[in-house]
Amino acid sequence: MGKSFLKNHPTMLVFLALLALFTLAITVFSEAYGSGLVSTSFVKTLGKTLCLCLVAIAMDVIWGYAGILSLGHFAFFGLGGYMIGMWLMYERTKEVVLRSLENQTIPPTETEISDAIATQIFGVVGSSDFPLIWSFAHSLTLQLILVVAVPGILALVFGWLAFRSRVTGVYLSILTQAMTLALALYLFQNDSGLRGNNGLSGLQNLPHVTAPQSEISMWFLWASAAALGFGYVFFTMMLSGKFGMVVKGIRDNEQRVRFLGYEVEHYKLFLFTVTAIVAAVAGALYYPQAGIINPAEIMPIASIYLAVWVAIGGRGRLYGAVIGAAFVSLLSTWFTGGQAPDIPLGFYTISWVDWWQVLLGISFVLVTLYAPKGIGGLFDLLKRKEVQK
Amino acid sequence: MKRLLFACLAVLAWASVGHAEGPLQDILQEHRALIEKPSRKTISPAIDDIASSGLDQAQRMMQAWEAKNLWQRAEDGLFFIGKAQGQALTLTDVDTGEEIETEKSAADQLKPNAGVRRLISSALVQFQLSDPNEARRLDALESIARRPEAEHLAPLQASIEGEENRAIRARKERLVKLLSIAFAETPEQRVEAINGVSGDLNLEVRAALNPLLATTRKVTDVIPAGENVAKIMRLGEDITRDEAYAALVEAGFATKRLTPAAIKDILAANIVDGQVGGVPVADLDTPEARDEAYRALAAADTVPPFVSAEEVDEKLRTHVIYDAYNEPNGDVTKAAQSALKAIDLNVGLNQAADLGLDALSLASIYFLAAIGLAITFGVMGVINMAHGEFIMMGAYTGYVVQQVIPNHTLSLVVALPLAFIITFAAGVAMERLVIRKLYHRPLETLLATFGISIALQQLAKNIFGTQARPLTAPGWLDGAWVLNDVVSISYIRIAIFVLALCFLFLFLFIMKKTRLGLETRAVTQNPRMASSMGINPDKVNMLTFGLGSGIAGIAGVAIGLFAKVTSELGNDYIVQSFMTVVVGGVGNIWGTLAGAAMIGTLQKGIEWLNPSNTLAAQTFMIIFIIIFIQFRPRGIVALKGRAAGD
Amino acid sequence: MMNIKTALRTVLLASTIASPALAADCPKDGPIKVGVLHSLSGTMAISETTLKDTMEMLVAAQNEKGGVLGCDLEAVVVDPASDWPLFAEKARELLTVHNVDVIFGNWTSVSRKSVLPVIEELNGLLFYPVQYEGEESSKNVFYTGAAPNQQAIPAVDYFLDELGVEKFALLGTDYVYPRTTNNILESYLEGKGIAAEDIFVNYTPFGHSDWSKIVADVVALGADGKQVGVISTINGDANIGFYKELAAAGVSADDIPVVAFSVGEEELSGLDTSNLVGHLAAWNYFMSADTEANAEFIKQWHAFIGDEARVTNDPMEAHYIGFNMWVNAVSDAGTTDVDAVREAMWGQEFPNLTGGTAVMGTNHHLSKPVLIGEIRADGQFDIISQTEPVPGDAWTDFLPSSAVLESDWKDLECGMYNTETQTCVQIESNY
Repeated sequence: MGKSFLKNHPTMLVFLALLALFTLAITVFSEAYGSGLVSTSFVKTLGKTLCLCLVAIAMDVIWGYAGILSLGHFAFFGLGGYMIGMWLMYERTKEVVLRSLENQTIPPTETEISDAIATQIFGVVGSSDFPLIWSFAHSLTLQLILVVAVPGILALVFGWLAFRSRVTGVYLSILTQAMTLALALYLFQNDSGLRGNNGLSGLQNLPHVTAPQSEISMWFLWASAAALGFGYVFFTMMLSGKFGMVVKGIRDNEQRVRFLGYEVEHYKLFLFTVTAIVAAVAGALYYPQAGIINPAEIMPIASIYLAVWVAIGGRGRLYGAVIGAAFVSLLSTWFTGGQAPDIPLGFYTISWVDWWQVLLGISFVLVTLYAPKGIGGLFDLLKRKEVQK
Repeated sequence: MKRLLFACLAVLAWASVGHAEGPLQDILQEHRALIEKPSRKTISPAIDDIASSGLDQAQRMMQAWEAKNLWQRAEDGLFFIGKAQGQALTLTDVDTGEEIETEKSAADQLKPNAGVRRLISSALVQFQLSDPNEARRLDALESIARRPEAEHLAPLQASIEGEENRAIRARKERLVKLLSIAFAETPEQRVEAINGVSGDLNLEVRAALNPLLATTRKVTDVIPAGENVAKIMRLGEDITRDEAYAALVEAGFATKRLTPAAIKDILAANIVDGQVGGVPVADLDTPEARDEAYRALAAADTVPPFVSAEEVDEKLRTHVIYDAYNEPNGDVTKAAQSALKAIDLNVGLNQAADLGLDALSLASIYFLAAIGLAITFGVMGVINMAHGEFIMMGAYTGYVVQQVIPNHTLSLVVALPLAFIITFAAGVAMERLVIRKLYHRPLETLLATFGISIALQQLAKNIFGTQARPLTAPGWLDGAWVLNDVVSISYIRIAIFVLALCFLFLFLFIMKKTRLGLETRAVTQNPRMASSMGINPDKVNMLTFGLGSGIAGIAGVAIGLFAKVTSELGNDYIVQSFMTVVVGGVGNIWGTLAGAAMIGTLQKGIEWLNPSNTLAAQTFMIIFIIIFIQFRPRGIVALKGRAAGD
Repeated sequence: MMNIKTALRTVLLASTIASPALAADCPKDGPIKVGVLHSLSGTMAISETTLKDTMEMLVAAQNEKGGVLGCDLEAVVVDPASDWPLFAEKARELLTVHNVDVIFGNWTSVSRKSVLPVIEELNGLLFYPVQYEGEESSKNVFYTGAAPNQQAIPAVDYFLDELGVEKFALLGTDYVYPRTTNNILESYLEGKGIAAEDIFVNYTPFGHSDWSKIVADVVALGADGKQVGVISTINGDANIGFYKELAAAGVSADDIPVVAFSVGEEELSGLDTSNLVGHLAAWNYFMSADTEANAEFIKQWHAFIGDEARVTNDPMEAHYIGFNMWVNAVSDAGTTDVDAVREAMWGQEFPNLTGGTAVMGTNHHLSKPVLIGEIRADGQFDIISQTEPVPGDAWTDFLPSSAVLESDWKDLECGMYNTETQTCVQIESNY
């Protein structure tokens, strides 16, 4: 990291500093390592929000910088969660099974152990055999590789097919949405081998770890903050310089960039795959905090919300995506949590649980129409004022 | 508890009155316990006694009983035919027909379950076959068709003579034929009856023939003479070794092989000094070690012997496993087999036709849902994610109209144009307020309309609640057009098909023959040129968008009629609709038609291949579409030349 | 009616301020908090909102009677928005932020599986009111809905014995409840001598609407002359399309009876039932049950909700029983401490709305009667069969892997005890 790089990206430094400060503050006020002002459930919410910010950055790169409105990045997010979930579930079940088989008079055979694990995991979907896709579930290393590999390969293949046949603009959006829907519907099937509609659950209980949730939640918060920081730096570095110029060029006029001799498809494919992998990593950090992953998580609507966050936060700037994701998802939590006070109008009581979605929808339309730069645009206004002074 | 008390009281009351009631009441009281708590398995004596009593009033009483109109008076436990109106109850004496006015609370209504009701209606057959009332005669025939019994054959044959209604007579003759298949006296008569129905598609025919071919699996060493053998099982082809051995064990020809779990239990029970059969317990964690330990135990005769693979082979070699027909007569089964073979071919062809109809129906639904989108997306290039919500609005309009106008036909007549007007207005408003500002930013249009979509969806929830709302089709759309017992399609689906056709022609008419169509095409192809020709592109866009939205509203009424009206109705159709338009080829109504046809057929085809999992069908369909777009990115019907724009 | 509404308003608006007269005897400072964890938005709101209202009604009514232990009750309502991970988050919030003493909630099995680890970790108490697939018994959950042996098995027995059904079509929505129930039923039916080829199984996605082919397949099953019956575990909205198609195809209950496990009064209010008369449903409660307690309950419900047209249903009764049992258990234990209340719950008795008494077993399942009803033209059910109370069985006897399992929190102190190996497989539920 050259000095000029840092100098050229002051927002990155500010962002990293704020992120560090935030993490430190939460640690100091946490139940596990501090005064206990911040409840564990809120720590979890914050940790999850950081993961959402990370996937929002990825979305911003693919949409805000490269102009590809992918409605499938939450599918990659979910896949990442599934991959880590498989190991978590397998390992924890193995722990439980071994403990219960310990007191038997006759030591269990390998097949008996694996049958018992399978029965525990798949009993819920009426099966007692391990599907093929669980072959690597016993190894954390392999499964961690899969976290990156499975969504990466899916993105590569899908992207290659799509970009090769020059599917662009809204068509690509619809196609990615269809891919997401197909994946979700596939996972909804009981026979998919990933427990159908039930998904993978109990993920918050880490195997071999006896620490209370208050501590585990802090570990994940740190991990998520670190991942977000790395992601931010990684994308900033990637997009600065010539590569970034070409990417923005593709967004603004794809034909022209192509005529300049750049392999537009390769750039797009690279970005699509890399952002998919980052999304998957975010998912792998998110779901152990959420505790459960199931196909409903990756229905197309989730990916559309992702776009909504980025748009509200402000496209084309990484901190915009972070602000959007954090702002909207936390606000959603607040409004649907029943904490927001209802507004009695005498003849009718506006309860936020009912009206929050309407508000979100309308404000989204308004942002698109009148504030295309989103919340991030406010910073521009401030900057301009300073310059004027 | 309450009922028991009543029963006690009733018995007392009855005893004091003595047997002063009518003869039918006496029979009923004799079987009182059975009638109070009827079960299909126990009720037969009661029904038989009533039916064979020879009393004229028995028929009326049994009809009332079947229709859940038999009541038991609480005070004395006597049975009456009752008719409730509000809280008032009119009880009619089962014997004399005398009427008593009373309160509803004074008697208990008897509600025999469907199984009992079927027995009653079966017993009623003898009374009803020659009943002057045609409906009753048909009831009796229905009952025979549902539960064919040997004793029905003779009375049925006898009743044909006096039958004057030609349709009923034909039905009776047909039933005689069907009953003859199973119950005629000589095998020749049966074979003749069977040959008479060869190739007949009717479900009843198949239902009569198939039981003749029912088989039982048997195990023996030598097949006895006179057995009507259907098939001898061949090892490894018709039956696996394990299954075969299990069958042998079940028939008592062989001893059971121990399962690994059973072996483990026996081992656990035989631990001596930390060892089993000389193997240390700690080493018993492989199947081989366990087998070894077990053999050692078996050798010492402490446990049942180990059944070796050779012994299994030997047993299997010396025994036969075969399926035998339950029907002893070989001629009958042969005739039934050939008759069914002819029928199966016919059924297969008709099933294909039925599948085709289903696919056509699904295609017309997709087409209807997508046609509005074909206009807004296909012609104007505007992505409207709220299209699904326009469909939903149409459906809710239908529901609201039905609340105001209870007549279903009339309400439909009102709802269709009203749905158009409402969604047209909503479409125009949306175009003016939102979309117009985003014409050059298609991705933003997508997002903004998505915002509208979630707002509208939640709004619908707030107004109508999350409950699904009823939208009932008028009576004349109930039921189905039945070609035969295999091919049929419900009228409502036909209506949707017709509606889809109407819209196709309406669309073509508007685009090709009206000024709006001309202007729309002009604006689509070259807005500047059009505007310099004096066309107002703003107005044209507004009207076109309104038209597309309005059609979505009408589609909503139709879809609500055949499925459900919920706030999430739109979600179910939006992706499919976009797929239809994209696959078909943007900007061309024939393309949308082709897209809908392809998606509908495909989905039904995949469902047919994998009937137990409809979800898989949808997944594979989407994957297929994604791949399809690789090869024809512009869809099935791609516009060529200038019209393609870009 | 006025009273209930006023009471409700006190609970909803001024809930944090316990009424001073009561606070005097109350051992706790502040009211006893009852968490309500039902989705108020999203796909499940359709069913769960009613249960939230039921809970508010029950809490208000209990406060009328003077609360519990001299304390006022306060309903803490949160909205998990039909989002399964959010259920876990909200459960944690209820237990750690709001410090509720008990939670009444959940509808879908996934949502229950999602909150289980949280409830067990924080030693909370959950009352789960919906019929479910069994194969579970958590230390911290009381299951007031039906286990398969309290709904599915009796219904199948009815099919076999009373209707003489010889061929079964098991139609379900593709998720865990239908899958597990159908597995149990397949194994049960095979035990009853029904051949595997006489059992047709089909799964459809949530909200499925295109039923023509499936209905045609079912009708075609009758081709071999056997009586066909349909066992439907189809969930939610999809039922509407299914029944409409059945009616259109002219399938009457006399030809092919359909017994549904997820269709109650609430679902029927979404469609015209005149063509469905005679089809069946199996529950532990029907609104048409003719008892005084039920009439009283319906009256109370109508007064609370302010709409005479609203129906009552089985999960509402489950909450009614569960809530009252909890109130009695708290009174017996003299505290809201979870472990004490849990022990006081065992053997707790409370009258059903349909007559008889429900008893809470040590496996945390209720013993209740099973009712089978025939659909009437007015959207209600004719109760045509009512069994003696059946104790809920956490682990079904009809699947080999769970036949050996037993749950007994009192003596064995284990929810998943293997009677063959005599070991406790697990104390905490894994999922």
